[in-house]
Amino acid sequence: MNLWRKLACALLAAILCVSAAANWLAPAGYAKQYREATDAPPSRTHWLGTDEIGRDRFARVLYGTRISLLLAPAAALLSTLMAALIGGLAGYLGGIWARVAMAVTDLFLSLPWLFLLITARALMPLNVSPLFSVTVTFLLLGLLGWTTAARVLCATAGSLRSADFVRQARAAGVSRQRLFWIHVMPNLKPVLYAQFWISIPVFILSEANLGILGLGVAEPLPSWGSLLKELEGLVSVGDEPWKFVPLILLVLAVMSFQFLLSGQEQVTA
Amino acid sequence: MSNAMTRTCRRAIAVAVLCLGSLSGRAVAQGGGELRFCLRMEPKTFDPLKVEDEASAAIRYLTGGVLLRVNRQTQELEPELAHSWKVSKDGRTITFSLRSGISFSDGTPFSAQDVAYTIRQLMDPALHSATGDAFRSATGNVEAKVISPTQISITFPAPVSGLDRLFDQVAILSEHSPRKEVAVLGPFMLADYKPGASVLLQRNPNYWKSDEQGHRLPYLDSIRLDIQANRDVEMLHFKRGELGLINSLDSEYFDKLETTSPQLVHDAGPSLDSEQLWFNEVAKAPIPAYKKNWFRSANFRRAISEAINREDLSRVVYHGHAQPALGPFSPANKFWFNDKLKPQAYSPDAASKALQNDGFHLQNGALKDKDGNEVVFSIITNAGSKTRERMAVLIQEDLQKIGVHVNVVTLDFPSLIERMTQSFDYEAIILGLTNVDLDPNGEMNVWLSSSENHQWNPQQKVPETAWEAEIDRLMRAQASSTDLKQRKEAFDRVQEIVVEEEPFIFLINKNALSAVSATVHGAAPVILSPQTFWNVERLTVSAK
Repeated sequence: MNLWRKLACALLAAILCVSAAANWLAPAGYAKQYREATDAPPSRTHWLGTDEIGRDRFARVLYGTRISLLLAPAAALLSTLMAALIGGLAGYLGGIWARVAMAVTDLFLSLPWLFLLITARALMPLNVSPLFSVTVTFLLLGLLGWTTAARVLCATAGSLRSADFVRQARAAGVSRQRLFWIHVMPNLKPVLYAQFWISIPVFILSEANLGILGLGVAEPLPSWGSLLKELEGLVSVGDEPWKFVPLILLVLAVMSFQFLLSGQEQVTA
Repeated sequence: MSNAMTRTCRRAIAVAVLCLGSLSGRAVAQGGGELRFCLRMEPKTFDPLKVEDEASAAIRYLTGGVLLRVNRQTQELEPELAHSWKVSKDGRTITFSLRSGISFSDGTPFSAQDVAYTIRQLMDPALHSATGDAFRSATGNVEAKVISPTQISITFPAPVSGLDRLFDQVAILSEHSPRKEVAVLGPFMLADYKPGASVLLQRNPNYWKSDEQGHRLPYLDSIRLDIQANRDVEMLHFKRGELGLINSLDSEYFDKLETTSPQLVHDAGPSLDSEQLWFNEVAKAPIPAYKKNWFRSANFRRAISEAINREDLSRVVYHGHAQPALGPFSPANKFWFNDKLKPQAYSPDAASKALQNDGFHLQNGALKDKDGNEVVFSIITNAGSKTRERMAVLIQEDLQKIGVHVNVVTLDFPSLIERMTQSFDYEAIILGLTNVDLDPNGEMNVWLSSSENHQWNPQQKVPETAWEAEIDRLMRAQASSTDLKQRKEAFDRVQEIVVEEEPFIFLINKNALSAVSATVHGAAPVILSPQTFWNVERLTVSAK
């Protein structure tokens, strides 16, 4: 394990530990409103200041980190697995299978997801807990976010199908199933890892954007996405730098994932 | 020495004042320039009789010539194309004496024939004119009788209360112009329209008004209206000096601008607009029966209202640029507001007590009704409205103090409207009412129980409660009376009933906030729409 991977691992572990300790570090919770101190700068009582309605930003960052760091990778995993299964298999099988799979992918890509998501929200009951709402949001993102990755994986698997080592294995009488799982899939891993970590920030930001449709995290539950919405319309970076903490955390977490996975990629290769 | 210096200084000041005076005089005399500001949506029509949306109404205000105009500053009715008018005692007939020597923008002379033509068009049922609806007091024909080229009387089948003020919205069309759709009597005329981008208005060369010094109005050469829905972009353009004004500013943007340029922002005080919360009281609504019982109980609604801290809503959400609402009409409506109404006291203890009297009880911090159902309901509001979302979250915490659990849900606007007007699948809503009309007749569509906009329980065949029947009676009585005192008494009582029964829990009245660039002169923002350009004829723009 090289130094960068160790650092990334330590950073992710630190972020996870701190967010796991939110109950102790911010006992007042993420929903408590200090209405006499709205939009306040950092102080001893509020380390990262307060938001527009006086909620402690530090507490919200901790709880939001917990939610986003658990659910965004879960959604990314779901979408990557679906992409691997659909794209990888279609590329490996080739011919009619690839054409049908890519046609389905194209169909998915061309669907007006915005309206489908609005319909999905309209079908959801109104009286649901914020946690249920956020889980459904990330699940929807995971279920819908596989298409682009599937195209990449289909193309990669297609090129592997005609690679020399696959031809040799096929000539040696290796079954199609074994060929796929033992020879093709391991070689798709770098692409899968890349797709996985790319998806994490995309899903975090998508969750924030879905808030406009009422599909995001329900109040008062925080998430990185909802915290990033605070940056909308910020006039100057230098005026309130503490508002950038969720963004910095997001960048650090994504970079850490990248270092971890690129190391994994080298090991696999 | 000292006296000489003083004299010199005085002379210098006098010269400076004279120079400034002559400069400003010249600026006013020359006028010119282009005023630029944003419309928040695409205008749906340029036909002044079909106006329903805010953008089209702004264009109608800038281009349309009207017989009478409500002065947005004094709230008094003033003569425009009609130099005098008289409403008959029975309130059915209004007679106008028109100014002579006026022409439309294309040079066609204006006469009483044009007024008669406009009224015929306006009252044509096939046109479905929202402006025309305000004049429809009863079935029957509206008769426009041309007495002479400068005199016309219009007779309605039944009395129309506040008849003269309704003409503020009626832009006169030309009957004889070869290009009726572009001939206008207002200060500006439509010159160019780029869908999705901008509307260009140019000075009407035949506009009839002059200022006190005899200079032709308007001073401006043109107005460019950028179609821009994004408030951030609008603010950015304003800060760059590309826009002359922002007509209606959110409190958040107001504060940001105030920190850097306090001289550019204007808080004209409480506007006519209100924000309110209401519960679904529709009998056929697909919500549990026990919740319907809560929502239809005046005691429950009053307790919820009492547990909401309106001062905090004004202070926290609107940064002090809003006032706790006292009732259905804002105190800004000087004549029609019932000044006997007292502010709703914030008292969670009194709210809890009232709920206990109704059989509710606390169990492990959660409020339960007499059948043991936990008091949980959802409040929906439109996604993207930061102020409403924040109000909902504040109310969520306020109600938590009396054991009521609230789920805040934000929905896209069409979904919300569908739930509110079609499926009735909601429990409570926070939305706002934008009042453009000072007269309560403009709200007939809200208060009559048979109306579609009687939001808590619309389109009732017969009033379902005694107090709704009483509101119906009072609203009809005031609408058919021409005695202003009687009308005021009736509407005062309506306001009292609404405050007692709380079908709408009125939360706040927003202040009228606006921004005017230092390059725009003569602006005096007011609370009535259009706040910043109501005196557009007298605005001037200087070079940056």
